[in-house]
Amino acid sequence: MGILEVKNVGKRFGGLQALSDVNLSVQENSVHAIIGPNGAGKSTLLNCFVGKLIPDTGSVMFNGQSVLGLKPHQINQMGISRVFQTPEIFSDLDVMENVMISCFARRDGSFRMHPFETVAHETDIVEQAEKMLTEVNMIDKRHMHASSLSRGDKRRLEMAMCLAQEPKLLLLDEPTAGMARADTNNTIDLLKEIREKRDITMAIIEHDMHVVFSLADRITVLAQGTPLVEDTPENIKGHPKVKEAYLGEAA
Amino acid sequence: MKMLGLSRKDTTFLLIVIALTLFTPILLQPFPEGSGLATFNAGYPDLMQRFAIFGIFAIGFNILFGLTGYLSFGHAAFLGVGSYSVVWMYKLLGYSVVPGILLAVVVSAVFALVIGFISLRRSGIYFSILTLAFAQMSYNLAYSVLTPLTNGETGLQVYTNDPQVLMGENSPTSPHFFGIVMNESSKLNVGGWEFTFNNGYYFTAIVAILVFYLSMRIFRSPFGLMLRAIKTNQTRLNYTGLNSRPYTLAAFVISGMYAGLAGALMASMDPLAGAERMQWTASGEVVLMTILGGAGTLMGPILGAGFIKYFENIFSKINDNMLHQWFAWMPDGIENFLIGVSHFFVGKSWHLTLGLLFMLVVIFLPGGLVEGGQRIARRFRSRKSKDDGSEAQTQPAE
Repeated sequence: MGILEVKNVGKRFGGLQALSDVNLSVQENSVHAIIGPNGAGKSTLLNCFVGKLIPDTGSVMFNGQSVLGLKPHQINQMGISRVFQTPEIFSDLDVMENVMISCFARRDGSFRMHPFETVAHETDIVEQAEKMLTEVNMIDKRHMHASSLSRGDKRRLEMAMCLAQEPKLLLLDEPTAGMARADTNNTIDLLKEIREKRDITMAIIEHDMHVVFSLADRITVLAQGTPLVEDTPENIKGHPKVKEAYLGEAA
Repeated sequence: MKMLGLSRKDTTFLLIVIALTLFTPILLQPFPEGSGLATFNAGYPDLMQRFAIFGIFAIGFNILFGLTGYLSFGHAAFLGVGSYSVVWMYKLLGYSVVPGILLAVVVSAVFALVIGFISLRRSGIYFSILTLAFAQMSYNLAYSVLTPLTNGETGLQVYTNDPQVLMGENSPTSPHFFGIVMNESSKLNVGGWEFTFNNGYYFTAIVAILVFYLSMRIFRSPFGLMLRAIKTNQTRLNYTGLNSRPYTLAAFVISGMYAGLAGALMASMDPLAGAERMQWTASGEVVLMTILGGAGTLMGPILGAGFIKYFENIFSKINDNMLHQWFAWMPDGIENFLIGVSHFFVGKSWHLTLGLLFMLVVIFLPGGLVEGGQRIARRFRSRKSKDDGSEAQTQPAE
C-alpha cells in the first residue's frame, strides 16, 4: 500500500474528459514524478489530491483515509503540503512571518482564537521558524519583505513554509517552471537535501526532464488523461510509447 | 520601558496616544477667545466627544478592513443597534450608561455574527454589497416595521412615563457613569484662553484608550498575523492548513462590537437614537476615515476620524461674513474674487474640500496620512544623518 492511493479517478469538464481511469500508487519516502505533454491532465490530477477539485469517479486515499470532499485546509492538516507553479507566499508580510504562519498552523490547527498573545513572545514558534530558514539558507533574509525576494528565493521560502509543517507528502507543481538553469539546479539540490534529511514523500509534476531524471524514483507518464506507463527513470527513458507521446513531441 | 505585554516601541506609542488624548481639551484650543482664528478652535465638548467616538468606530473598522481587506459597507448598522440598546436601557432602568453599553456590545456582537456569517460567504465586491444591503435593510426596518422598538422617524428617546425602575430620588436626570454626569463640564480661563474639561469627553476618551490598547494587542497577536495573511493570500492560507472563514468572522464580530460601542457612546452623550445613524452615508464615512488616515495602521483610523470630524464641524461653520473679515485688507476686486472662490470650499460646501483632500491623499499617499507622516519623518532623519556625515541607513518598515 502506498501513502497515496489513486483508484479509477475520472474527471470531466463539459465535453472534455480531462482524466479517465487514473490509477496511481505513491510509495512512502519515495519521489514520484508525473510527467506528460501539455493538456495531459497533470494539474487536474494534482488538484484532485488537494481538495481543489472533486473527481467524478474513483477514490483518492491518503494514509488509508479518503480525501474526497474535504476542504484544502483539512487535507493540509492531514499532512499534504503543496508547492505551486508560481510561488504562493504572503507577499505583504516579511520572510519570518511567512514561515511562522506555517508553524502556527502546525501547532494550533486550522483555527485558534488567540487575540491577546503576542507573536514576538511565542519563543517556540520563533525558534522553529528560524531553524527552518537556516535549513533553506535564508536566515539572513528573515526581515526582508517577501515581495522583494527574487523568484528563486520566493520558491525557497514557499518550500520552507511547506516543510515547517513537517508534511508526510509534499506535492510539487512544476517547481522549476520559468527558472533559469542556475536556479533550477539550486532547486534540485534543495529537494535532494530535503529528501536526505527527513522522512518525506514527494509527488512532483514537471516538464523539465533534467529535473525529473535527477530526482524521481518512479515516473508515471500521463497522456490524454490516462496513465500510459509507470516505471523507473531508466526504463522510462527508452520506452517507445513514451517517446511517441512525449519525448518525440519534444524533440 | 515595557508594560502590559507591549514592546518598548509600542509602549512609548501608547503613552503618547494617552497623553494626546488626555490633553486634547488644551491642545485643540490654540487660539484665544475672540481672536479672528478662534473659529478654528475645536476644543468644545460636543466635537471632542465625536473625535473619540468616531475614533473608536474607525479603530474597529480597521480591524476588519485594514487587516483582512474585507471592505464592509454596512458598519453603520451596528452603530445604530448600539445607540438603540443604550436608549432602551435608559427607558427601562434609568440613566446609568453602564447597562446600556454592556447590552450594546452584546447585541451588536450577535447582530454582527449573523450578518457576518452570511456576508462572508462571498468576498470582494460581493461581500461589500451584501453588507450594504443588510445595513440598508436595518435602516428601512427601523423606519417602518420596527417602529415599536425604534420609535420610527421621531427617534427613540426617554419619556417621563417610562419605567426607569432603577431611578432613585436623587439620581441624575441625564446620562451618567456612577453619578458622574456626562454633560457637565468645568471651565478654566487662562489669559484669553478658555479650556473646557467635559466629563463626557473624558469618559469616551478613556474608553477609546482602552479599545485602542486592545486593537494594538490584536495587531501584534498571532490572530492579527493570520488576519494580515488573509489580506495577502487566501489561497496560501488555505493550503497551509488554516481555515480563513472563522478568522474573518471573528474579525467581523470584533469590529461590529467596536461599532456597537461607538453607537452606545453616542447615546451616552446625548440620550437619543435615530435610524439615520444606520444610513449608508454613515457606513461610507468610516470607510473614508480609515482610508484617509491609513488602512491597516494603528494610528491611521484615529487620524482619519479626527480629520473628517474637524472638517465637518469647523469648515462648515465658516460663512461669507467671516470671509469678508479675513480678506478685508485686500483691494475690493480681489477680495470679492477670493470670497467667491472660497465660497465653494467652506460653509455648506465643505464636502468639496474634503473630497479634494481625499482624492489628493489617495493619489499621492496611498498609505494615508500615516504614510505622509512617515515620509516627512524619513526625510528629516536622512537629512540629519547627512549632517552627521554618516550614511543614511534604510530600516525595514515595521
